[in-house]
Amino acid sequence: MSLVSARDLVKTYRSEAIEVRALQGVSFAIEPRSFVAFVGPSGSGKTTLLNLIGCLDRATDGLIEVAGVDVSQLERQKAAAFRGEHIGFIFQNFNLIPVLTAFENVEYPLVMVQDWPVAQRHERVLKILKSVGMLEQKNQLPEQLSGGQKQRVAIARALVTRPKLVLADEPTANLDHETAYMIIRLMKTMRDDFGTTFIFSTHDTRIIGEAELIYTLDDGRLVQQEERRVAHV
Amino acid sequence: MFNLAKIAVRNIRRYRRRSLLTITLIAFGVVFVLVFVAVSSSFKDLMIRQITDSYLGDLQIHRRGYVASIETLPLNLNLAPQQASNAVKVLQENPEIASFSERIKFGAMFSNFTETTNIRINGVVPENEFATCPQMSARISAGDKSVEALRKGKILVPVLLARGMGTKVGDTVVIVATNKDGSVNGKTLVVSGILESATGPGGRDGYIHIEDAMEILRLPQREISEFAISVKTRARVEVVAQALAAQLAAAAKDPRKAPFQVHTWAELSPFANIARMVDLMTVFVKAMLIAIVLISILNVMIMAVYERIREIGTIAAIGTLPGKIRSLFLVEGLFLGVAGALAGLMASLAIIFGLYLWKFTFNFGQNVGLILEPTLNPAEIAIASGMVIGVSIIASLQPAVKASRMEPIEALRHV
Repeated sequence: MSLVSARDLVKTYRSEAIEVRALQGVSFAIEPRSFVAFVGPSGSGKTTLLNLIGCLDRATDGLIEVAGVDVSQLERQKAAAFRGEHIGFIFQNFNLIPVLTAFENVEYPLVMVQDWPVAQRHERVLKILKSVGMLEQKNQLPEQLSGGQKQRVAIARALVTRPKLVLADEPTANLDHETAYMIIRLMKTMRDDFGTTFIFSTHDTRIIGEAELIYTLDDGRLVQQEERRVAHV
Repeated sequence: MFNLAKIAVRNIRRYRRRSLLTITLIAFGVVFVLVFVAVSSSFKDLMIRQITDSYLGDLQIHRRGYVASIETLPLNLNLAPQQASNAVKVLQENPEIASFSERIKFGAMFSNFTETTNIRINGVVPENEFATCPQMSARISAGDKSVEALRKGKILVPVLLARGMGTKVGDTVVIVATNKDGSVNGKTLVVSGILESATGPGGRDGYIHIEDAMEILRLPQREISEFAISVKTRARVEVVAQALAAQLAAAAKDPRKAPFQVHTWAELSPFANIARMVDLMTVFVKAMLIAIVLISILNVMIMAVYERIREIGTIAAIGTLPGKIRSLFLVEGLFLGVAGALAGLMASLAIIFGLYLWKFTFNFGQNVGLILEPTLNPAEIAIASGMVIGVSIIASLQPAVKASRMEPIEALRHV
């Protein structure tokens, strides 16, 4: 059974007299444990698609199911609860909470979203921080971390609740080539370790090759699907 | 809750200068309210104490209609002996009454054998009068300051008359009065002391023994013009007055035609209007505090939400429910209010303690050298703190609700 499936997905933005069709009848299916990239030029609809999968936005038409739930028209409160339970997010600008340390940022979903007991959540946070190689920096604030370190913390935060799916919108856009590659490799390792499905959007040709399934979008349409086997380095 | 508090405190520290300014502003408002309340209520209490403990008592009982005609001190509106005896019984049985003093009041002529003027005479039982009006002794500026000053044959002369007529302690004077039947009688008395005026009416009030009063008025039995009453707990004056009125009415043959009227000091003294003005000003000062807290917290929280739109988008995206987002901002506003209230409370206590040690003196009417010793009622601290905390939450509500209603996708796009 697919973890994510979309059928004839349409998203239209309207502002006064202008109507922009960001997605025009997109259909696809993504299996669990996949490592998927949506690629395409700016304005092709990558971010819109990720927002719909992540229940951050509602489709104008069509159907989208995540973990067997139709999320295309989820009401706000239910959408938030669904995201908290099933989806992790990694952002282009890292989006760590500046007043919290690396440890506390990773701990945040367990405290504020899932309400875990202290001892269990501390154990979980330390474990995941160790996995992403950020244990030593656990007490540092985001402003004291480099871009790559921030993104590692963001990955740890996205994975700490063991979600079924992690969505990453241009996760390497603000990183240098070497760091970008390290981050994408880390994401893949996490997929291998935790069995989480990763879907990321990018137009960075340097990392596209790491994806196992590549969907190419252009002008709101899915124009190509490429499945590939990537050798581990 | 601990984590909400932790994030709130960190965010308050994050915008240190702005938070400090807000806390200072709230603290300033709290200081203003608490110091004003302490000083004004101390002034009010001091003046009320001066009035009630000097001559008025906390409550008074008269025959119905007496107070309306009090300027003429009508003898025909005295309580008859049986009525007075009923009132004494009720007063003795009421556990909330500390003491009471029965008085025969009448207008008379005061003569020092060379000059004559009018005087208002209070015939009293010395021990009862001194117990009910404990400031009596302090008001005697010259002569005997004890109950002995009101033994039979003695008179306490008001300072206004003593000065005007050159009367001194030890002088013999004559009191002449017309009794209820219209006949005139007089009695020579020795001046035992000079009585300073208390605030309000009473500038021409002299005091003699009640039996001397009965002799001058040729009363075969003790009629009473008024009972001055001191209650054990001043805060319960109104309650005691109502209870007494009910008990006195019940003691009458026909409760609907009960001859008694019970008045509190506030109904008898013009200072009650000043006290009400003070209370009104306190309300305005508290309203000002509400405005300060409301505007400063609202302003700072609106800024906080505006500056953290992307953060709100992030936490909403990762699944934080709108209620939790709302709580985050409410707690932050609440903490700003609590910090301001605490800082203001500390500063207020220091200022009030300083004023208390300073022993600030002031004059009010005939009273000179009154010492103001401001004290703060814990209830006022609770009210001011509660107001600040309550208003902080109310002021944070709108920005908090706005934050919780943000669409995560739009918040994440915010630059």
